[in-house]
Amino acid sequence: MVFRQRGRADVRAVDGVSFSVSPGETVGLVGESGCGKSVTSLAIMGLLPKRGVRVEGSVAFDGTELLALPPDKLRALRGRELAVVFQDPMTSLNPVVPIGTQVTEVLTRHRGLSNGEARREAADLLRRVGIPDPSRRLREYPHQLSGGMRQRALIATALACRPRLLIADEPTTALDVTIQAQILELLRTLVAESGTALILITHDLGVVAGMCDTVHVMYSGRIVERAPRHDLFRDPRHPYTGGLLASVPRLDQPRGARLEPIKGSPRDTIPWATGCAFAPRCPNRIEACTPEAPELVGERHALRCVNPLRSAPEAKVVPR
Amino acid sequence: MLGFVVRRLALLVPILLGLSVLLFLWVRALPGGPAEALLGERATPEAVERVKKLYGLDRPWYEQYLTWVGNVFRGDLGVSSRTQHPVVEELLRTFPATVELALTAMIFAVGVGVPVGYLAARRHGTWLDHLSVAGSLFGITIPVFFLGYMLKFAFAEKLGILPTDGRQDPLLDAEHPTGFYVLDGLVTGNPEALGDALAHLVLPGVALGTIPLAIVVRITRASVLDVLHEDYVRTAEAKGLAPATIRGRHVLRNALLPVVTIIGLQVGLLLGGAVLTETVFAFPGFGKFMADSIVARDYAVLQGFILFTAVIFVLVNLLVDVAYGLIDPRVRAA
Repeated sequence: MVFRQRGRADVRAVDGVSFSVSPGETVGLVGESGCGKSVTSLAIMGLLPKRGVRVEGSVAFDGTELLALPPDKLRALRGRELAVVFQDPMTSLNPVVPIGTQVTEVLTRHRGLSNGEARREAADLLRRVGIPDPSRRLREYPHQLSGGMRQRALIATALACRPRLLIADEPTTALDVTIQAQILELLRTLVAESGTALILITHDLGVVAGMCDTVHVMYSGRIVERAPRHDLFRDPRHPYTGGLLASVPRLDQPRGARLEPIKGSPRDTIPWATGCAFAPRCPNRIEACTPEAPELVGERHALRCVNPLRSAPEAKVVPR
Repeated sequence: MLGFVVRRLALLVPILLGLSVLLFLWVRALPGGPAEALLGERATPEAVERVKKLYGLDRPWYEQYLTWVGNVFRGDLGVSSRTQHPVVEELLRTFPATVELALTAMIFAVGVGVPVGYLAARRHGTWLDHLSVAGSLFGITIPVFFLGYMLKFAFAEKLGILPTDGRQDPLLDAEHPTGFYVLDGLVTGNPEALGDALAHLVLPGVALGTIPLAIVVRITRASVLDVLHEDYVRTAEAKGLAPATIRGRHVLRNALLPVVTIIGLQVGLLLGGAVLTETVFAFPGFGKFMADSIVARDYAVLQGFILFTAVIFVLVNLLVDVAYGLIDPRVRAA
């Protein structure tokens, strides 16, 4: 995925990110802000602007190549087979359109329901995601709903046509902790009930620990480690993953124990062209980290590192 | 909503009272007066005194003011010293012309401006976008009277497809029960008069609408650009909605909020009369009549017309606020 801007060198924002999701499975994409998680999700949905961005490679959905699909065909899939819940429920709903219309418009568009049928169905959906008094809420506007309520409404909309793939892009980041737990529980239940494949994008390892079957850790536009959830938390091999885990508060540590931040910020990383992008911040850096970027190696537990962490620290993250 | 409207209408009272004092004094602060203007430069002081006495101008200003206000409350705006007709009559004659002209100008400005601004934003950075920005700059800069004469030259003189001036062909057999010539054509069932009245509106409407058009293009373009980057538009795209739904319900409905404000302000301004356009096209409207009345120091006309303009301005703004509340639920709640 390449971002191009006139007068500037092309920026390769995301490179070689490859993964698959099966029905009923939850896959996590984890990484710091700006590592390319959200852009990856937009690329899957075909929502990146046409000008200024080049997406190469393949997005295959049940045998259909989405990148090659004409816009109107893709439009017919979006919202019906593929759905997404975005990060910020405050800005993701149209402020001047009633909630009801924003839920029913997917139903009338993709399932051909009449307005009356769609309204009944929408009330049902809102009730299922735990919104009390749904028929009143349908008449209200986004500013009359709380943040958690709005996120529920967005989830209800995303699930309205029973999509086979749901992408949740930081679905709980903008919410209070108690609401976060409720929303995650809701997602977990819905995925289990409907057999929807879920791609969960987050920077929060606590969320990952509670939800995902497989976890992909991204850094600077590439996957640096990929493993089943338990393997990753028991035995993180990439220094970046180790750093992420060390920076999460844990219940098995004494109170007041210092959290270990990862030094530096992703802004001072060098592009992968001249070696491992994490090298400047890496505690395990060796000569071999540059100038050649390491490849992603391994099957079950894949790793992009020439000098991984050896001893597995007993890491336990409290699942949310 | 109703309470809001009533409160706003009640506000009219202090506004109009304050304004009436100011404008009464302002009119009298102009050098010279109706008597001097009527009698010309070589009038004797005695003659001037006699005319002043005739119009009651020899009395102290506060006495004149109280008399005038009392008459206004009874619906009497006085008599024009220039035309000798009642001011109310002059108002009813000239205002419909200005309303027709202003509406034509706004229909032109909004009808062309919103689609152009929308397309420019959608094709941001393309030649169409650059053309619209350059064009709107041109539209704002070009003097109205120059544009008016150019339009007249091209479409009336050279091509001969549109009339040069006035509101109606004087040779045409037409009745005018309402004073709104387009409406008159409809109610009297006279398609010829209707067509003629419409044809007379095209050129002055375009000339007058050019500046509002340029403003509407710019505001729409900027506003649509903003809205296109909003998360809820991305949500709408992610739902796979039909392009027309996204455009109408999710982009334009939000993007047009600032445009509504601009439309309101512009309509208010245009209803105050368009002196230049009305002069170029010999259009017997409000603005031209006011300008002539200033020259003649026609106190009664000036007072009446300015007061009336203020009422119109407040009403148009009220209408805009009501429209705003209808489009934006957040305003309704506040």
